[in-house]
Amino acid sequence: MTDLPEVRPREPIRLLDIPFDGGLEAVLEYCREIVEDPDFPTVRRWREAGGKVLGHFQVYFPEELAHAAGVLPVKVRGGQMEREQADSRFGSYLCSILRSSLELALTGRLQVDMFVSHPICDAARNLAGIWGRNRPEPAQILYLPQNPNSKFSGTWLTEEYRRVLGELEAISGKKATDADLRAALDVFNENRRWLRELYAIKRSAPWLLPVDEAYVLVALGGLVTRDEHNELLRWLVPRIRERAARKQDKIRVVFEGGFCEQPPLDLLRAISEFCYVVDDDLLIGLRWILSDVPTAGDPVKNLAVAYLDDSSYSPVQHDLRKPKEEMLLKRIRGADAQACIVAAAKMCEPGLDEQVAYAHTLDDEGIPYFVTEFEERMTSFDHLQIQLETFVENLLFA
Amino acid sequence: MNPIENPIVGRGARDGSTLFRNWFDQLTHVAENGEHAGYVFVMGSLNELLHTFGVHPVFPEINSLQTAVRRVADEYLNLAEDHGFSPDVCGYVKADYALQLRGGEHPMGRIPPPSIAVLTNACNTYLKWAEIWERMYHMPVVTVDVPGSRQAPGRYTPTADDVARDRRYVEFQLRELIEHLEKLTGTAFDVDRLREVLDVTNRMGRAWRRVLELNRSRPAVFDAMMEGTIYLGVANALRGTEEGARFFEDLAEEMEYKARHGISPLLDGRGEHRLIFVGVPCYPIFRRFYQLFSEWGGVFVSSTYTWFASGGLNLDYEYDLSRPLESLAEGVLLSVQRAGDSMLFHDRYLIEAIDEFGADGVVYHPIKSCRTVSTGLADSRRVVLEERDVLCLYIESDMMDKRVVSEAQLKNRIDAFFEGLDSRKIRMEKAASAAASAKSVSTPTA
Repeated sequence: MTDLPEVRPREPIRLLDIPFDGGLEAVLEYCREIVEDPDFPTVRRWREAGGKVLGHFQVYFPEELAHAAGVLPVKVRGGQMEREQADSRFGSYLCSILRSSLELALTGRLQVDMFVSHPICDAARNLAGIWGRNRPEPAQILYLPQNPNSKFSGTWLTEEYRRVLGELEAISGKKATDADLRAALDVFNENRRWLRELYAIKRSAPWLLPVDEAYVLVALGGLVTRDEHNELLRWLVPRIRERAARKQDKIRVVFEGGFCEQPPLDLLRAISEFCYVVDDDLLIGLRWILSDVPTAGDPVKNLAVAYLDDSSYSPVQHDLRKPKEEMLLKRIRGADAQACIVAAAKMCEPGLDEQVAYAHTLDDEGIPYFVTEFEERMTSFDHLQIQLETFVENLLFA
Repeated sequence: MNPIENPIVGRGARDGSTLFRNWFDQLTHVAENGEHAGYVFVMGSLNELLHTFGVHPVFPEINSLQTAVRRVADEYLNLAEDHGFSPDVCGYVKADYALQLRGGEHPMGRIPPPSIAVLTNACNTYLKWAEIWERMYHMPVVTVDVPGSRQAPGRYTPTADDVARDRRYVEFQLRELIEHLEKLTGTAFDVDRLREVLDVTNRMGRAWRRVLELNRSRPAVFDAMMEGTIYLGVANALRGTEEGARFFEDLAEEMEYKARHGISPLLDGRGEHRLIFVGVPCYPIFRRFYQLFSEWGGVFVSSTYTWFASGGLNLDYEYDLSRPLESLAEGVLLSVQRAGDSMLFHDRYLIEAIDEFGADGVVYHPIKSCRTVSTGLADSRRVVLEERDVLCLYIESDMMDKRVVSEAQLKNRIDAFFEGLDSRKIRMEKAASAAASAKSVSTPTA
């Protein structure tokens, strides 16, 4: 793509109208509305200003590449909606996020200029094919290494990232220089620091930041530029720390099983009535890389190496260095949690498979756990609440 | 000689069954003698490297499907579900998990535990499955990561550089696998031995492709869903062996004979409905499932199963024996990519196959157990119907779990499908006859 012009500094497109004057609660409420809006107002605004959009399906995508090429990376994570078109494209025994993600595209609620799926599971690897048969924009698969233990995987992934970058440059019509890539790393490194701050609050003072609110703040990053997300978090984090909220008698839990299909916010809120969720894997792809990606040297290589060697875990990445059950124990102990909610989305094969290993390990370790399934379209949580309340009471009064 | 009485007809089914039984006996022997067993999968099995080191390949997918064919799968599935597995996950995995808990007990013999597992990313469940063995046995699990097609073929053509770097990646991982096998067996890699194994695989592939091609004959010479599955078992289990190559050469000879003499797998092949099968068969009622079609004169002339589950033998690719390892890497890359294409982007291949095989209909059989194969089928059906004048049947069940197999409902749908095919055939014949009459009336006689 050497014949493309370099990305010129452009006027930042403001995607949010954050009511800073209304104070913390008003800002949090506004963020929630944006995240729950099935019509993707931030994406619409970006497109109206002439911007190009990359829709990337769960779990992880190297968004820095899109940012550097001037393309808005948007996380495609399904949503709660009536499905009118997508269901006719799928058979039974499939998760909801697959269907709702395609529904967003078929109904035009989410318009993208390029779609990328990943072979995170047997269902998702099909999504690019289905999307491509139903939509005119390019739909492709990014193969993230499932053998990160090979000494060659970093080299291969670096080259694959360069290929994807070329595709993104073709979409935007602008070449991303190394300087653009380093600037993108800087922006995302700052973003990662703020997200780590949010999770530090959850661990140290979870009463200041319930799981549903933390979720909204993380999810928003998948809908706006990271510059704007950083600006928001810069304003929010100190105010959350100063929030007037009192510690309650709730148990500290880790929520595991939110790596792909997302539980409804109301389900998270229901959990937070009885528990402090002190750590979780919700939207783990947005928090995949654990520390700053170095900007010196080859930025694309640095990003690829960080994916492999400085990253979190999920049931959909196979890495011999990261046995999932050991990683879960680490998460539970790192957050000083008393118990774990081992969840899986309905029909989510990796999640359901992992539940077995998690349950056996937690049994061995004597850590209490609560097994459940959810679906993004759930609207009734009474049954779950009763079960969870009983689980919590058993722990509190045992 | 009456061709039906000729001993060549039916030889493939007979010999295949014997070879397969012997192969399971051999696995029992491996289990009893504590020899090295390598657990592998049908997509990217790397049998060739295992044979080079004298490691016995074990196919857990085949073990599991055999429990369903032999109608004992429910025992295994129930045991796995008692251990926490969901009813909604792959039945193959659950049957194998239970088999491991039962010390390898299997209706065909005893399955040895793994000394090593070798897998590709052709199916994500392979990865989750191997993690189970790793937890159980703490043995080496070697994944060969094979990048698939990034977009549907036709919408995107990879550059030569793209292909070369994917091949380099696979080759590097094969060299890493060789290091594992050397360590496991205490044997140095022998490239000449690999060359010999690749040579017999080449022969096997040549014959298999001829077998598939011969089903373009009218009538068809074998049922690609029923007999094709038996042949696939041999193709996987005995890949890279002399007896496997000889079996397929004999099979090709048999099919040539049947094509020459118009011998059909049906009692009367003259009225056959030529069908393409998409998906994985319904093993809990395998023979009955076949009969539901054959009783109506339905014969599967092709099956996507024989594309994605044959380890690339269906592809027009032969290993270059002058550069065996590089060529093996190329073959693995190509076979896994094409297997993926025939599951994820199969609409174009189906349309080509409809034309090549003169198919009247396509039967889609999505199953609960396998989302790789099943997820895109409803959408593919939509595209195929838009592009070709064929009838399509979409029936759901499972390859393992008879709880989701309703024979009455299947029969109802299949009967209606054939009634449609029959009436369509009558309409077309009438139209052709009317056209011929009109032509003869309008043609002036001398």
